[in-house]
Amino acid sequence: MLKFLAAIGAVFLTFLARTGRLVLFAGLSLATAFTPPFYIRLILREMVNIGYFSLPVVGLTAIFTGMVLALQSYTGFSRFAAEGAVATVVVLSVTRELGPVITGLMVAGRVGAAMAAEIGTMRVTDQIDALTTLSTDPLRYLVLPRLLAGLITLPMLVLVADIIGVFGGYLVGVYRLGFNPDVYLNRTHQYLETNDVVSGLVKAAVFGFIVALMGCYHGYYSRGGAQGVGQATTYAVVSASVLILVSNYLLTAAFFGR
Amino acid sequence: MTNGSEVQKIAVAGLCKSFGNKRVLDGVEIHCTSGESLVIIGGSGTGKSVLVKCILGLLHPEAGSIRVDGAETVGLRHAARERFLQKFGMLFQGGALFDSLAVWENVAFGLMQGRGVERQAAKQIALAKLAAVGLGPEVSLLRPAELSGGMQKRVALARAIAAEPEVIFFDEPTTGLDPIMADIINNLIVKCVREVGATAVSITHDLVSARKIADRIAMLHRGRIIWCGPTAEIDHSGNPVVDQFISGRAEGPIKMEIRAG
Repeated sequence: MLKFLAAIGAVFLTFLARTGRLVLFAGLSLATAFTPPFYIRLILREMVNIGYFSLPVVGLTAIFTGMVLALQSYTGFSRFAAEGAVATVVVLSVTRELGPVITGLMVAGRVGAAMAAEIGTMRVTDQIDALTTLSTDPLRYLVLPRLLAGLITLPMLVLVADIIGVFGGYLVGVYRLGFNPDVYLNRTHQYLETNDVVSGLVKAAVFGFIVALMGCYHGYYSRGGAQGVGQATTYAVVSASVLILVSNYLLTAAFFGR
Repeated sequence: MTNGSEVQKIAVAGLCKSFGNKRVLDGVEIHCTSGESLVIIGGSGTGKSVLVKCILGLLHPEAGSIRVDGAETVGLRHAARERFLQKFGMLFQGGALFDSLAVWENVAFGLMQGRGVERQAAKQIALAKLAAVGLGPEVSLLRPAELSGGMQKRVALARAIAAEPEVIFFDEPTTGLDPIMADIINNLIVKCVREVGATAVSITHDLVSARKIADRIAMLHRGRIIWCGPTAEIDHSGNPVVDQFISGRAEGPIKMEIRAG
């Protein structure tokens, strides 16, 4: 019995220690933003990497999500003779939930994994130690640009995903389900409020920060050669995905909960 | 020990460092004087790299003192550590060149990022340092992945000396190189250290390299410095552990550990 309790205690203590280390890592990294030198070029490079190069995969995911959503909601609503609500459901679902979440998860898979692999490889090949010996703070040089780029770029990416997702719904609604284009577009923006889009963009900023933080954190503390880097990549994607879903609920409750 | 007229550049006293239950450094005492070339030898996993990383502040020791130019460095933080690190250059075992940067940017990195030297001026210095290690300007635009192991070591050496540091650390500088390339690197180390006028601290288990570059050799075994003396005296150390190590015999007091530290 005592062993069992000790095991539970050990797991809990490990969880607390790791959470503390993660918070400290994020705090120390963000603190470097307030003192020079500032690596603006690195931030821009990461923004291009996260935003521009994720456009194809995010665009594809968004358009098919919008298309499926239109089809599914039509199937469901036709049972209640409420087909007219399809356009509204598509635009609200995409802007509030699916745009940010799907984009966050896709970027976690593409960018979070790449960050963990790159920084992890730098760790196990002593490149991070080399940065330190060259009087360069690795948190300032490697981590902060990625955190800021994630924070800034994801909302832009989600805005694009929202537009493409709604367009996917429009394509199915008009060309497959036979809606009148003017009516569909009218229904699309009739019930859409600023808060629907803004809440999605705020979520996107949080998700971008989470993806970058998990990628950098797991890469930074990886050890043990190629296997360690592989493990860091897996942890980065899994933890970012879980945190995106958890924080999505919390943010939704904060924005729309009663 | 040093006499009163010698300036102790680095003085390590009672240094202890453990990883989990394994005590890697167990009260290391060592010093080196300004302009001296000290080589620390020892078997694989005896803590040579850990010792150097503790001196550089990359690892935090549990106990002991590390003084550089008489000033305590254990516990230095942030800006103070960055200033302190400007005295040092380091050649890592695997080179640790930045994959994403061209060769010249690797060499000039410390100048541009650490010391704020303007990009074009830093490039000129980088090209000069590359020339000093026998690499032409045509190499400067290549990526580290495009270079052979020997060339990567040369670039890493050029990076280590680029800012003309007061102390240069060499971590296994000849490991993984063929004997001729190893000798070339040894010659470059001797030449560059003399030209820069730096203090050199090298760690290696390559005795040919140690004899070539060292003024003084120290042996690390079971977390302690068990012998230290002039290079010429290592063959007459009178220490059975040192004798076994330099003769490379399997039989003797040194038992190889299976697990890495």
